[in-house]
Amino acid sequence: MLRDITLGQYYQTESVIHRLDPRVKLGGTLLYIISLFLFRNFLGYVAAAIFLGIVIRLSHVPFRFMVKGMRAILFLLLFTVVFNLFLTPGVPLVTLWKLTITREGVEMAVTIAIRLTMLIIGSSIMTLTTTPNNLTDGMEKGMHPLKWIGVPVHEVAMMMSIALRFIPILLEETDKIMKAQIARGADFESGSLIKRARALVPLLVPLFISAFRRANDLAMAMESRCYRGGEGRTKMKPLVYKGRDRIGYLCVFLYLAVSITVGRLPIF
Amino acid sequence: MGIVETRDLVYEYIRRDEEGNVEGITTAVDKVNLEVAQGEFVAILGHNGSGKSTLAKHINAILNPTDGTVWVDGMDTSEEEKVWDIRQRAGMVFQNPDNQIIGQVVEEDVGFGPENMGIPTKEIWERVEESLRAVGMYEYRKHSPNKLSGGQKQRVSIAGVLAMHPKCIVLDEPTAMLDPKGRREVIRAVRGLNQVEGVTVILITHYMEEIIHADRVFVMDGGRIAMEGTPREIFSQVDKLKELRLDVPQVTMLAYELRKQGIGLQDGILTVQELADALCAERAKERTCRSF
Amino acid sequence: MSIILDHVSYLYSADTPLAVKALDDVCLQIPDGEFVGVIGHTGSGKSTLVQHLNGLLKASSGHIYVDGEDIYDKDYDRKMLRSKVGLVFQYPEHQLFEVDVFTDVCFGPKNLGLEKKEVELRAYDALRKVGLPDELFYQSPFELSGGQKRRAAIAGVLAMKPKVLILDEPTAGLDPRGRDEILGQIKELQRSTGMTILLVSHSMEDVAEYVDRIIVMNRGKVMYDDEPREVFAHYRELEEVGLAAPQVTYILHALKERGFPVDVNATTIGEAAETILRAMGKKDDRKAQRETNPMQDAVDPARSGNRQKQGL
Repeated sequence: MLRDITLGQYYQTESVIHRLDPRVKLGGTLLYIISLFLFRNFLGYVAAAIFLGIVIRLSHVPFRFMVKGMRAILFLLLFTVVFNLFLTPGVPLVTLWKLTITREGVEMAVTIAIRLTMLIIGSSIMTLTTTPNNLTDGMEKGMHPLKWIGVPVHEVAMMMSIALRFIPILLEETDKIMKAQIARGADFESGSLIKRARALVPLLVPLFISAFRRANDLAMAMESRCYRGGEGRTKMKPLVYKGRDRIGYLCVFLYLAVSITVGRLPIF
Repeated sequence: MGIVETRDLVYEYIRRDEEGNVEGITTAVDKVNLEVAQGEFVAILGHNGSGKSTLAKHINAILNPTDGTVWVDGMDTSEEEKVWDIRQRAGMVFQNPDNQIIGQVVEEDVGFGPENMGIPTKEIWERVEESLRAVGMYEYRKHSPNKLSGGQKQRVSIAGVLAMHPKCIVLDEPTAMLDPKGRREVIRAVRGLNQVEGVTVILITHYMEEIIHADRVFVMDGGRIAMEGTPREIFSQVDKLKELRLDVPQVTMLAYELRKQGIGLQDGILTVQELADALCAERAKERTCRSF
Repeated sequence: MSIILDHVSYLYSADTPLAVKALDDVCLQIPDGEFVGVIGHTGSGKSTLVQHLNGLLKASSGHIYVDGEDIYDKDYDRKMLRSKVGLVFQYPEHQLFEVDVFTDVCFGPKNLGLEKKEVELRAYDALRKVGLPDELFYQSPFELSGGQKRRAAIAGVLAMKPKVLILDEPTAGLDPRGRDEILGQIKELQRSTGMTILLVSHSMEDVAEYVDRIIVMNRGKVMYDDEPREVFAHYRELEEVGLAAPQVTYILHALKERGFPVDVNATTIGEAAETILRAMGKKDDRKAQRETNPMQDAVDPARSGNRQKQGL
């Protein structure tokens, strides 16, 4: 169950997307997300879907793998959709008891559902095709200018990279502790909200203790391998733009130009 | 002077109660004198809580002595400006394979140490390749560590230390969490380091089978060195080992039992082959006697 | 309480192309009161197998009968099953969470909805059974030593008074003495309560002298299921799948090859010593009979605490 969360996981395979400079992927993802919020008609989303489809194809990551990651946030998605469906004022379509669905509400809900889905799939492509180290390298270098205003760019990047590395381990551990407590008769699934929250104590206490123990071990292991912050560090995989990265940027800008043009045509 | 030397090393843990008052003092390492020569394979044995891990952490300057001195390659570990040099000379592999791998891809993890040392990019790649080859993990270089077995993860950790080109590697119970197959893999890799790469190895363990190939063995108990000698010398003292809460390999144990029953076997038999040979010789001798 | 597995298969990630057959058509019968060792290397399916027995995992196909009842029946009380079949996970000390040891052990029986008095009685009894000294009962579980933590965690499952106790590598990470103490206590538990016990391990040497029967798992299948001596006779096949018989098996086979008339089926040091002595003509049969007795003593739980695993 918990292993189904693919968000933030890396999918190991060979592809042109995998080889792209992380800065291209970071920038591309950012621009892609912005574009989703600029469309005024459905053509924009069609353009975005085509672009997304091409990128997924190129990435060699099975589509099913990404959809599986969606399951984890299905609840969030449903919640937002329902919320918008019923609470947007406008021309009423159907009235159920005290709740009214409006034309604007339907439009809003559909738009939001599409936006969120595409946003999540889009950003998961980035994490699926970029190793966390690579990603944080990209962020570190991309955000380098922030260092001058006192942002500890390297430290933040390193922290993120470690957090990403330990997510699958901690998920597995959660699964195990949960099973162990279920074997001792714990019940995580029934009862009132308060009862359920209390039932989490036997899960969370061991989990926190384990996380602290791991953090302690890891800190020791890093120090023993001479880690002392970003100063004087060299890179095994330094970031240098290559031909394909320029093409990558070009594609992103091309997409942006096309999608925004068609997406803002006054059709509706 | 050897690569690692300790003189009258003492380490005390101070236990405090909830208000922070000193409740008591535990002496984890008590006046330990140790000298390890360059290129040696030394094993440190002891049950849980005997102080062997605490001792190991001193060699990597993770802990500083309460009293006494530790030298690594001639450098005093309590001198703060030498810490990074010491950690580079004497690398360390820990018990839990999951909690010491930093990279999300095998090769990136092995490159972590050299990156920290400021090695030029091209050389990092060379080091990563040769280290992964040395532990037999080169074909896994692009894999995610989460998908590897425990033994493979530990070999990656060893490669990560090896890539820093240390003179000495300290392994703190590297096999305690592995299954027998993983244990064999790791021990084979460790022996390779010592014999092929010429790296000094200090192996800390409580598995007796793993120390058979060591040049020298130290047995710790209560923070002190209780026994010292070659594996054969150590294994010949079955009673003493039992007293120190340790096991003896079944072969050695069987030989010991047979000797108690009056069969003339030598002390400290370590392998199946040795025991079978010795018993054959013994039987041949008796047959000759009887035929007279 | 008997357990029957009838053609049980289990697929991991069943709906993906990465599906792995973790259990493949497993048929087993575990009668009441038996002490069974389940052996296999990591990934052989042994842990998956035992998680089926108390309903934590549900078989993709096949049936499991506990006390004659199909646990996959719609109206089967699965919560009851978890109290009947106690499962101690690997590194069980990682599940401790309460402020003190005693409260932690109370967690299981409390979940069964028992009265406070009964809960405390059971917790006390369980802690006594694992041999944890009284003065540790009200300490924080996190302040105990590794071996003590493990006992406290095992007590947490024992306090549910299961009829079947499954332990997944209960000795992992312990030193030799800790291992012998825990295994000795488990044996004593089995002897005194008649509980059915399944001991999951990757070490043949550790379980050889304790168990009545060994189930060897390999790639999700039952490879061997027999008495220890019969299983170890296949030592070459075991080696091919990454397992090994106890060292004594190798010694005896080496001796046999050199013409010693030894019994290669001896599984413990005591038995091996005896057959070697006899082969060398150092021991007549009458004396040998008497010499067997200390061997029996070796499994005497009263002494098991401070005894070496080799059975002397």
